[in-house]
Amino acid sequence: MSQTIVTTDTKLPPRPDILGGHTLSMLVNNQPGVLMRICQVFARRAYNLDSVVVSKGRDPQFSRLTLGISGDPAGLDQIIKQCTKLIDVIHCYEHQEAHSVTKELTLIKILCAPTERAEILQVLEHFNAKTVDLTETSMVAMVSGDSDKVDAAVQLLSKFEIIETVRTGKVVMARGDTAT
Amino acid sequence: MDGAQAIITTLDKLGIEYIFGYSGGAALPIFDALETVDSNIKFILSRHEQGACHMADGYARATGKPAAVLVTSGPGAGNTITGIMTAQMDSIPMLIITGQQVTWMLGKDAFQEADTFGITIPVVKHNVLVRETNALPKAIKEAYHIATTGRPGPVLIDVPKNVSQDPFTGDLDPEIDLPGYKPEISFTIDSASVDAAAELISHAKRPLILAGHGAMIAGAEAELMQLATTLNCPVTNTLLGKGVFPEAHDLALGMLGMHGTAYANKAVCECDLLINVGSRFDDRIIGQADKFCSGAKIIHIDIDPSEIGKMIRTDVAIIGDAKVALTQLNEKIAPLETTDWLATLDGYKKKFPLGYRKQGGLRMQQVLDEIYQLTGGDAVVTTDVGQHQMWAAQFYKTAAPFDWISSGGAGTMGFGFPAAIGAQFGRPGKTVIAVVGDGGYQMTLCELATAALHKLPVKILVLNNHYLGMVRQWQELFFDNRESGVDLEGNPDFVKLAEAYGVKGFNIKRPADVGKILQKALDYNDGPCVINVECIKTENVFPMIPAGATLEEMLIEPPKHKMAKPVGST
Ligand SMILES: Cc1ncc(C[n+]2csc(CCOP(=O)(O)OP(=O)(O)O)c2C)c(N)n1
Repeated sequence: MSQTIVTTDTKLPPRPDILGGHTLSMLVNNQPGVLMRICQVFARRAYNLDSVVVSKGRDPQFSRLTLGISGDPAGLDQIIKQCTKLIDVIHCYEHQEAHSVTKELTLIKILCAPTERAEILQVLEHFNAKTVDLTETSMVAMVSGDSDKVDAAVQLLSKFEIIETVRTGKVVMARGDTAT
Repeated sequence: MDGAQAIITTLDKLGIEYIFGYSGGAALPIFDALETVDSNIKFILSRHEQGACHMADGYARATGKPAAVLVTSGPGAGNTITGIMTAQMDSIPMLIITGQQVTWMLGKDAFQEADTFGITIPVVKHNVLVRETNALPKAIKEAYHIATTGRPGPVLIDVPKNVSQDPFTGDLDPEIDLPGYKPEISFTIDSASVDAAAELISHAKRPLILAGHGAMIAGAEAELMQLATTLNCPVTNTLLGKGVFPEAHDLALGMLGMHGTAYANKAVCECDLLINVGSRFDDRIIGQADKFCSGAKIIHIDIDPSEIGKMIRTDVAIIGDAKVALTQLNEKIAPLETTDWLATLDGYKKKFPLGYRKQGGLRMQQVLDEIYQLTGGDAVVTTDVGQHQMWAAQFYKTAAPFDWISSGGAGTMGFGFPAAIGAQFGRPGKTVIAVVGDGGYQMTLCELATAALHKLPVKILVLNNHYLGMVRQWQELFFDNRESGVDLEGNPDFVKLAEAYGVKGFNIKRPADVGKILQKALDYNDGPCVINVECIKTENVFPMIPAGATLEEMLIEPPKHKMAKPVGST
């Protein structure tokens, strides 16, 4: 079986779980239960939430929500309207890649003997990644950037024994000087 | 003043006239406030929380104003779900106040604790769990605002017992603050969309207006009449749109859809322009979505942007309040030459009239036809769900808005009778008739006590076929007539049962007696009366478009061959 060679600028085939992936950004009231309402809109229409990032807005009355979703693209417009209709949602937009900055951050815990360290560090350096924890037998690396880059790093590191990975999911911001 | 008193004071200030409800532990402080606060609110004790919701619903549909529902936590709140869902599906304003366990017990499976907030999210327009006593007036004002503006709907306020019991020291008239809710934009219409619609209309040869509930909620009946008469354009209506355009008018085609008139459905198939005013293109009216009106241009006027393109493609969408939209549209239209089109439709009216056999027993159609003749359409008619509902929609021609009350989106059996109670409270001088089947009536007939106690002159017309008739019809047509779970063997004697509640009862058994006994019932106004009508057991409703079929496949009379199982929604 031939092995695919992955480098930092290899475009990976889309992961099946983010097939048709879209990113929505919402400004919502910062109140208990709001996420529940939004999740129901998606679950009812058989959309899967690939990632959910919630953070307090600059104005603490509001929260910022970034959702990575996959599901029938034909229903996306309807979902956006249904979300917008919720009283607790101030606005909801889909972010087009070309007009926005999309980043994510991943922590990767790797089982590594001291003899493997050098090679791993070399890979990490290539991805501008950092080690944030180091023990005799393991290491936690932090990779951030475009999702593709994170995917590539994870894939390259897979030749070592990865214990677990945690990804933040995408955070998105529109380019230019306008607020959303 | 405590929180509960602040609740009642706020509701009173908002003009809430009726609270329908059922008491219980977690709501005790609020029930007490009904006694201690001097207000204009009247409390009506139902016999089941579902009944209370349908009463508030019927009141709102008959008056255009919201009523409130007050129940306790846990099972009390749980019993409201069907009623809330029914209101939500049909865009009915309603305030539901549920008692709740004290805040420090929430999440601990305390007695009669249920996550009412979580349970009801999918069936409300909005809901809140109020955790601070001083926040109560704001929560209630916001709930009222949300329930009654934009596309209306039920809003639930969950109030833990300590929140209602604690002293209130806040502002009784706070500003509402809803940054994500801007219903006022629906009064501003994009003039480009109105121009585009007027342009489409000017080219139409066979236009058809589809009048929905949205037109009624907006109070657009005069504007709709002007649109139709200016254009010489025929009008069909949805089940919930009955009355927004008088069904006895020359341009009226009556209801369209699954059990609509043949001529309304033929008009939909043959029109070259459909002007939808406030209907959400429900699956009961469109049949197979991608074949609906395939040769026609479509204009869709709706206050809710999420309805545009949800079911049916549109050529021009006008988003906003139907009254404002039609006012602007009417300024831009000129009469159309539709003589041939109207003649074609008249031909269909003559060829495929609504009718029924007068021999071989007593049919529901006859009863509904006669009650229409006797009242002249001057009554509020509520219905339950089933065959009787569809025949009532066909044979009772509704003359005015708010005079027809039926559960459309949810199709809730048990709705008709309590809704009639609410309607009668809202319109005391009006004849109110509840048309119910023997199945659905038994789901909420405990409210006979409520109607009797208040001496409400509601006429309960039980069209009794001893079957869950509509389901039996489907089994006959699509399941080789194998009856399963539809025989209502064991029905009580409805007249004797009425008498047990001190309610007047009439029996109708022969076709010749229908008019005479109905007239007696209409003249009896000392309290409610039950008219039990023994009907043919196995009559079927036609026309019929099997679910998911195209409107072209409408059955005008019983099929001669075996039918395939419908592929469409239920
Ligand atoms: C609460 C509820 N349960 C079940 C149904 C399914 N259903 C629709 S019509 C119908 C039969 C209604 O029978 P009945 O009330 O006797 O009226 P009929 O059709 O005989 O006129 C049933 C069971 C429903 N609509 N609502």
